[in-house]
Amino acid sequence: MYAVFRKELADHFNSRRFMILFLLALLAAVFAIYVAIQNIRSVVTADTEFIFLKIFTTSGETLPSFLFFISLFIAIIGIALGFDAISSERVSGNLSRLLSQPIYRDAVINGKFLAGLTVLGIIVASLVAIVSGLGLRTIGVPPNSEEVLRLIVFVLISIIYGAFWMALSVLFSVFFNRAATSMLASIGLWIFFAFFMSMIAGAIANARVPIDTNSSLEMITQNVQIAGAIGRISPATLYGEATAALLVPELGSLNPAMMLISTYIAGRMLTPLPFSQSLLLVWPQLVSVVALAAICFAVSYIKFMREEIRSI
Amino acid sequence: MAEIVVETTNLTKKYDGFTAVDGLNLHIEEGEIFGFLGPNGAGKTTTLLMLLGLTEPTSGTAQVCGHNPTREPLKVKRLVGYLPEKVGFYEDLTARQNLRYTAELNHLPGREAEEKITDLLTTVGLSKVANQEVRKLSRGMKQRLGIADILVKEPKLAFFDEPTSGIDPEGIGDILNIIAKMAKRGITVIFCSHQLPQVQKICTRVGILAKGRFVAEGPLDRLGRQTLGGGRYRIEIQVSQPTAKLIEFIKGIKGVIDVTVSPESLLVTCDTDLRSQIARTIVDAGGSLLGMKIEEYSLEKIYKKYFRED
Repeated sequence: MYAVFRKELADHFNSRRFMILFLLALLAAVFAIYVAIQNIRSVVTADTEFIFLKIFTTSGETLPSFLFFISLFIAIIGIALGFDAISSERVSGNLSRLLSQPIYRDAVINGKFLAGLTVLGIIVASLVAIVSGLGLRTIGVPPNSEEVLRLIVFVLISIIYGAFWMALSVLFSVFFNRAATSMLASIGLWIFFAFFMSMIAGAIANARVPIDTNSSLEMITQNVQIAGAIGRISPATLYGEATAALLVPELGSLNPAMMLISTYIAGRMLTPLPFSQSLLLVWPQLVSVVALAAICFAVSYIKFMREEIRSI
Repeated sequence: MAEIVVETTNLTKKYDGFTAVDGLNLHIEEGEIFGFLGPNGAGKTTTLLMLLGLTEPTSGTAQVCGHNPTREPLKVKRLVGYLPEKVGFYEDLTARQNLRYTAELNHLPGREAEEKITDLLTTVGLSKVANQEVRKLSRGMKQRLGIADILVKEPKLAFFDEPTSGIDPEGIGDILNIIAKMAKRGITVIFCSHQLPQVQKICTRVGILAKGRFVAEGPLDRLGRQTLGGGRYRIEIQVSQPTAKLIEFIKGIKGVIDVTVSPESLLVTCDTDLRSQIARTIVDAGGSLLGMKIEEYSLEKIYKKYFRED
């Protein structure tokens, strides 16, 4: 498997696809950091404890934050690394040659997946490192140890989230022979989860518990609860919640109703949670994303292992 | 007796109701070049895939180099090289890099592999383009690279699936030469093709497959005699004066069945190869022997005969 892994890794690093994606992500990150630095003064007060994390989460009036950018890019990078993993081998005629070598069949898919994961890890880690470095230079406030911990966990979660999209696109590449079909399917699903899911969740919640300006707090809570529960089907929502809890320690709860109530009653909750509590908060989200990635990978693994090589 | 390299008993493969290979009994000995013939969809490739352990047989068993390919696929794949019909390489890598990858997959140590790759690229005549990306190579070159790719692992047995399709005549010659050389080095070859003249040129034995079954199998000359000559030898003789007496003498040789006379030659039909006896008889009778040749059966005729009967 090591041979497959090494070859795939080398392929990734030599490919134009990798270069383009990395440059694009880098540009977006630098842009986001610029936005954050422009606006950071307005969000930081005298008693803000985690100034460094604000680099990642501060957005402009119309311009989004680094967190937003990276949540988009990780999914795209994950898809780009996996959508033709198996189909390209099959279409190019390499697969039967490869499988007639003395390697176990799963070495091919495992090696490919691990190589993709490594590339993903390198991209995410270096993006965060570059952004941290830039931020450190411009705002001049070093991160405290808790912020560093939070960032490390953030990188890990981001890699896992990327791994989910990669596993999904590998799954499609096992099922579809055409790379274009597999890519479209992956991108379509991503758009659905990232953009439409929240709308659908809102619509369903409104149908179940209609609310207007005169609704009681209870009704509103119920509505938000339903929308939140449905929204969590989407891995994009799970990732968004997890990263928000990590990078915005002031966020006391991920329960949408609680968040709503806290803004109603106390305005913004300003007391940040300790790291261990934030971790506890994101645990279910983290486990769900890992599980989704594992399911996708398992299905593609089984399908690939059981597939018969046929003469066409 | 030579070692048996491939042996199958009632090997059968069914794909949802359709039988691709139907009770095939194959028996190939070391050092043979076995020509595997048959129309498209006759089950040739499926058989090869089963022998490699890439596809599981529905029933029946196969033994390749003493291993069961379904149970011990890695052992079989270590000993068997397979050149698929639509062989592909990593287009962005050079010829050498592609072979290096195969060497790595076969756990060949680095330096040894490099030397071997250099040798092999010379053997298949690709040393000049060794460092070119595969996308720039012609089809014939890729096919030769495929042969080098098989040889990297030093196989005991090599499967070629239509290695010459879509290649110019010169390229075909090159490929056939390389394959013939491989056989001389002791590698057993199974050669799938419908290019009959090519099969005839290099194969020591052929099997004709139709609808998953062998319709004929054996060395070419025997096959020809069985199908075309009614199991008999036909010898064409040219003598200076075909006298009636001489013909009588020839008819008197034990085993000669019939002699027909035409203006240019005599055609002797007999049970066994009687060329030496005939020659002696003619010389003893005072005739002068100008030429003698045993009738060769072209594979094309044999093949056509089988498929006309269907």
